[in-house]
Amino acid sequence: MNIIVCVKQVIDPEIPPVKFKIDPEKKEVVPPPGVPPVISVFDERAVEAACRLKDKQGGTITVISLGPEKASEVVKHSIAMGADEGYVLNDAAFEGLDSFGIAYVLSKAIAKIGAYDLVLCGRQSADWGSGQVGSILAEILGIPVVTLACDIEAADKNIKVKRVVKDGYEMVEAPLPSLVTVSSELGLPRLPAGMRIMIAARKQVPVWKAADIGAEASELDKAHVEITKLSVPTRKTECEMIPGDSPDQAAENLAAKLAELL
Amino acid sequence: MDNKGVLVIGEIVEGKLAPITIELLGAGRKLADELGEELSALLPGSKASGLAKDAIACGADKVYVAEDGLLDSYNSDAYTQVAADLCQKALPSVVLLGHTDIGIDLAPRLNGRLGGGLAMDCLALSLDAAKLLVSTRPVFGGNAHAEVVSKSARPQMATLRPKTVPQAKRDDSRKGEVIPVEGKVDPSALKVKVVERIKEEVEGVKLEDAEVVVSGGRGMGSAENFEMIRELANVLGGAVGATRPACDEGWAPMTLQIGQTGKVVSPKLYIAVALSGAIQHIGGCLGSKYIVAINKDKEANIFNVAHFGIVADYKEVLPALTAKLKELVSA
Repeated sequence: MNIIVCVKQVIDPEIPPVKFKIDPEKKEVVPPPGVPPVISVFDERAVEAACRLKDKQGGTITVISLGPEKASEVVKHSIAMGADEGYVLNDAAFEGLDSFGIAYVLSKAIAKIGAYDLVLCGRQSADWGSGQVGSILAEILGIPVVTLACDIEAADKNIKVKRVVKDGYEMVEAPLPSLVTVSSELGLPRLPAGMRIMIAARKQVPVWKAADIGAEASELDKAHVEITKLSVPTRKTECEMIPGDSPDQAAENLAAKLAELL
Repeated sequence: MDNKGVLVIGEIVEGKLAPITIELLGAGRKLADELGEELSALLPGSKASGLAKDAIACGADKVYVAEDGLLDSYNSDAYTQVAADLCQKALPSVVLLGHTDIGIDLAPRLNGRLGGGLAMDCLALSLDAAKLLVSTRPVFGGNAHAEVVSKSARPQMATLRPKTVPQAKRDDSRKGEVIPVEGKVDPSALKVKVVERIKEEVEGVKLEDAEVVVSGGRGMGSAENFEMIRELANVLGGAVGATRPACDEGWAPMTLQIGQTGKVVSPKLYIAVALSGAIQHIGGCLGSKYIVAINKDKEANIFNVAHFGIVADYKEVLPALTAKLKELVSA
C-alpha cells in the first residue's frame, strides 16, 4: 500500500500564553524566540496511522510538507517514525496561501509522486486550524474523503475507518484510493528510536519549487478568503481567590460560592 | 454579483429541527435583513416537509425540502451532492452550517466543490461596510481571534459553533414558501458507506450537554486520584472532562478530552483541577460561564482565565469540597 501523508510544521501549541505574540499589522503570529517549531499534532497522528498500516501490511509512506525549508525537520521526524521518503514544498509563491491554495499545491506534489492508495492529513492544523485542506484536496484529486478518523483498517481494495462523532463512533467504508483526515483520538504517536533516527538524519529531503510540480501562478493568486483582522481576545477575568485559613476552609467557602452560582 | 440571499443548511435530530439549526435561523435572519435579501433553509431527510413550517416560524422565507430516505442519517457523499446541487441552482451569497459532526465534515467538502470562501468554528458573524460576511473564529487554539472575509469567492460560508448565538424567536404567523428539491440522491454515487454507528455509553451526563464539567489534568498523578474528579462531578450532576496529557496517560478515555484537540464545552460551571491551563486546553472551555481553578501553582495559566481560584494541593481541597457540596445539594 502506498500512502502519502501531508504534514505541517507549526509554532509549538503548548507554549505558555505569555510567549504568544501577534503582529496585528501583518496579521501574523510572531514565532516565540527559543521555542522550536513542531509537527502539528494531528499530522503526527496521521503519520502514526500510516506507520500502523505499514507495520501490518507493508508498503511505502511518502511525506510532504508545505512550508519553509526548515520544514524538512518535520519530514525527518516523520521518517524517523517510519516514513520512507519526504519532500518539502517551498516557494515564495506558496507564502500566505489559504486552504484552497494549499490543497492545490499538495495536489500538484501528489501528482508528481504518482501512484498512491491512500492520502492522510491531520483533521486540522494546530495553528490556524482552518480544518479544510484535506477535504478540498480530496475534491481536487477526485477521490472520496473520510474525516476525523481514530482507526484505519485496510483491505485489498477498500478501507474501514472508525471516525469520531459527538456521542460515539461511526464505522465507514471507502474504496481506494481515498483521503482520510486523522483526529487525535487515534492515540499517541510512536517515539522515534535508534536506527530510525539515524536513517532520518542521513535522509535527503528534496525541496520542490512551484516549477518542479507545475503549480501555476494563476491558481496560486486566487485568494478565497482573507484575514482582515487578528487580535488577542482580552480576557477581563479577575480571578477571585477564595479565602480560607486551611485548604479545608477554602474548599467549604468555595462550595458555598458554587451553590450560590448554580 | 449574481449570488443572493442567505442559506442555512439545516439538521434534523430525533424528528425535530436541531437546536443549532434554530440558532442559525436566528443569525441568518439578522444577516438577511441587513442585506435586504431572503433567508432560506435546506432540510434533508424524509421528515423534512413536516418541519418546514417550523423553519418558517423561525425566520426562513423559503424552505427547500430534500425528502429522501438516504438523507435520514448523515452520509458525506449524499449530503455534499444535495447541498452542492442546491447551491449551484439557488446561488446563495451566504451559506451557514453548524459546527457539528455534520458541519465539520460537510462544510469544507461543499466549499471544495463550490469554490467559495469558508471559515470554520465561528464565534460571531456580522457584515462589514461593504456588506461582506465577517466571520470571527478562534485560531492558535483560541489564543487569538481572526476575522475572515471572502472578497470575491462565492458563496461566503461559515460553520457556527453551537450555543454562541440565541435561538431564533418563533413566530407561527410568519409565511414562507416550501420548495421540494428536485431529484433523488443517486445511490451509485455514494462511494463512502456508513456501515455501523456505535453509541459510546457515557455514564451520567454528556459532556457537551452538561451544565457542570469537572476536568482533571496531568497534576492528578494517577488513575486512582482521577476518581476524585468523578466523585465531584457526580455530586454536581455534571460531566467529567480531561486534558490531553491526562487522556494520553489513560486516566480518562480519549472521548472526554477537552480542548482544541478534543471537545469544546460551554457549561455554566467549569472546574479545572490540577491542570496548568495550556492554551489548547483552554480553547475548549473558554465559553464556560464560570471557571474555577484548583492548582498548587499560583503562576499556573489557568488562574488567568478563572473567575474563582484556590491555590492548594487538590488532594487537600477536593474531599472537603465534594463533601460540602453534597451537603448543600441535598439540603
